[in-house]
Amino acid sequence: MKVITTKGVVKIYNPDKIPVKALNGVDLEISEGEFTAIVGPSGSGKTTLLNIIGGLDRPDEGDVEVGGHDIDAMSDNKLIDFRKEHIGFVFQAYNLIPVLTARENVEFVMLLQNRPKEERHGRAEELLRAVGLEDKMDKRPSELSGGQQQRVAVARALAPKPDFILADEPTANLDSKSTANLLDLMAQLNKEEKVTFIFSTHDQRVIDRARRVVTLVDGKVATDEVRESE
Amino acid sequence: MLFRLAWRNIWRNKRRTAITAASILFAVLFATFMESIQKGAWDHMINSVVNYYYGYVQVHEKGYWDEQTIDKAFPLADSLKQLQEKTPEIRQVLPRIESFALASTGDHTSGVMVVGIDPQVEDAMTNLSGRISEGRYLEDNEEAALVAEGVAENLGLSLGDTIVLISQGYHGVNAAGKYPIKGMVHFGSPELNKQMVYLPLPVAQYFYGATGLVTSLALQLDSQDDIKPVVKVLNSKLDTSTYEVMDWKDLLPDLVEAKTVDSAGNVIVYIILYLIIAFGIFGTILMMSKEREYEFGVLISIGMHRWQLALAVWMEVIMLGLFGALLGILASIPLVWYFHVNPLRFSGDYAAAMEKFGFEAIFPANFEAHIFLTQALLVFVITAILAMYPIFKIRKLKPVQAMRA
Ligand SMILES: Nc1ncnc2c1ncn2[C@@H]1O[C@H](COP(=O)(O)OP(=O)(O)OP(=O)(O)O)[C@@H](O)[C@H]1O
Ligand SMILES: [Mg+2]
Repeated sequence: MKVITTKGVVKIYNPDKIPVKALNGVDLEISEGEFTAIVGPSGSGKTTLLNIIGGLDRPDEGDVEVGGHDIDAMSDNKLIDFRKEHIGFVFQAYNLIPVLTARENVEFVMLLQNRPKEERHGRAEELLRAVGLEDKMDKRPSELSGGQQQRVAVARALAPKPDFILADEPTANLDSKSTANLLDLMAQLNKEEKVTFIFSTHDQRVIDRARRVVTLVDGKVATDEVRESE
Repeated sequence: MLFRLAWRNIWRNKRRTAITAASILFAVLFATFMESIQKGAWDHMINSVVNYYYGYVQVHEKGYWDEQTIDKAFPLADSLKQLQEKTPEIRQVLPRIESFALASTGDHTSGVMVVGIDPQVEDAMTNLSGRISEGRYLEDNEEAALVAEGVAENLGLSLGDTIVLISQGYHGVNAAGKYPIKGMVHFGSPELNKQMVYLPLPVAQYFYGATGLVTSLALQLDSQDDIKPVVKVLNSKLDTSTYEVMDWKDLLPDLVEAKTVDSAGNVIVYIILYLIIAFGIFGTILMMSKEREYEFGVLISIGMHRWQLALAVWMEVIMLGLFGALLGILASIPLVWYFHVNPLRFSGDYAAAMEKFGFEAIFPANFEAHIFLTQALLVFVITAILAMYPIFKIRKLKPVQAMRA
């Protein structure tokens, strides 16, 4: 089943001054259960594409369908609720709310959804155990390493059981060991929990772990390579 | 949850919180102190002028106050003496007969105000006997005078000497008399110090050729709040075609005007003060909003509504404001209390200038709960209004831009 479909997506920044065509007609389909890397040179439009798929930004042209919904037609407020229910985000860094503990960060979106307390607690513990941080649950982000923070971010993104997780260069600030750990974790969640992951990266070791690699060049899909599963 | 977020954010940057709370604290402290001193100074001034001589309310024969002539003296009928019994708010009725006279000794002459008083009753309100600096207080009906130090000095008189008074009495009668000085009194106000001469009421009535007459009844009241009801009652009980009832504001329009002018001047000072406070608080709010832009972006991205985020931030600032305002009140209480008990006393040129206008240079602070509360509330309201800024920011925030930095 398709979770994401984009057709002819164009995004132009600064249309009035010096226009930058960040995306220049992107057609892309992502199915449930994929483990897909978006790659390409700096400035090729990876972040822009992920933002548009995630409903954080709107395309100037083209259609974006997420889980069968035309997200461009949604109001800002509806889009926020849509993101909360359907999309998990992992950003490059500083994902977490500094004043909340790891557990509270993971529970946060569920809190916004008004899920009952027992469910939140159970889910947060389950996820933090899954990302190997059961002994850090009550630590604040500042007490965690960069890799640990990113794992908490993955746990938070997973907590509301989204349709898919978007991760923009999730390993960019990590050393190679933490990178490998995070990738292992994502691959495992993808396999065992059937979570769809779409992540952008520059890192060859990360690219090597993807089952599908979409390469953007100048705001267009240049190559789209599907590999045999590991 | 929003509250928890707000609460934790307060403690996130302790230095910022401390600085903000401290600036709010000082703002409240300063504003409270200023208002307490200002109000205190005025109340003191009004009290000293009003309660120590004029009384909050006076009754005269109609037209007396404009002309201030002894010819407008009126008989002190029993009905007037009993005013007090019928109006419980009136603590004392002070009968007086007052007019101007020339006092002389040898080659010195000086204009003085000769006031006939009921020594006991007068003392109960004005504490005249407390002002005695030499000699003793007057006794009922004795042929003796109590003079202000300045009068004695001008005339080169000392205790035991005789003061000679000449004036025009009731309806043009010649008034003359000489009285041994039994006591000297000191007034803070140089105005009074240079002209007051007191005689027992019957003695003064005789001097002015106005037996049984008085020019004014000064009323001592328990509190300023009683002025209005008392004036109302008197106006209904007395024949207003014969008598006039005036409160201190009618008696002393200059004082009222000075107070108004002073308050108007202070409004500007307050506005400047509040502006400084507002800029200080706004600075921290601005910095905070800037610092957290990325975080706001993340929060909106993962599904937090703008109003939820705005509410959390608003609560944070509000709590900070509340905290600072509370500390401000707590800090103000001992400070204001101290200056309430130990009034500021100016000396030197300033005091001299004040005294020229007839005021003592004493500034006791008023210790009034509502001053603390209104000032704290004002500063808090300023904070609450400034807390709108992040709300406005959050409304317009684009998560993608916020997180691009
Ligand atoms: N908010 C913006 N305003 C103006 N130009 C932008 C904005 N966001 C992106 N761009 C431009 O759009 C183009 C695509 O940017 P984008 O961030 O999507 O690239 P990217 O592939 O993610 O690059 P990187 O690998 O460096 O993260 C770039 O030329 C960039 O400068
Ligand atoms: Mg990017």
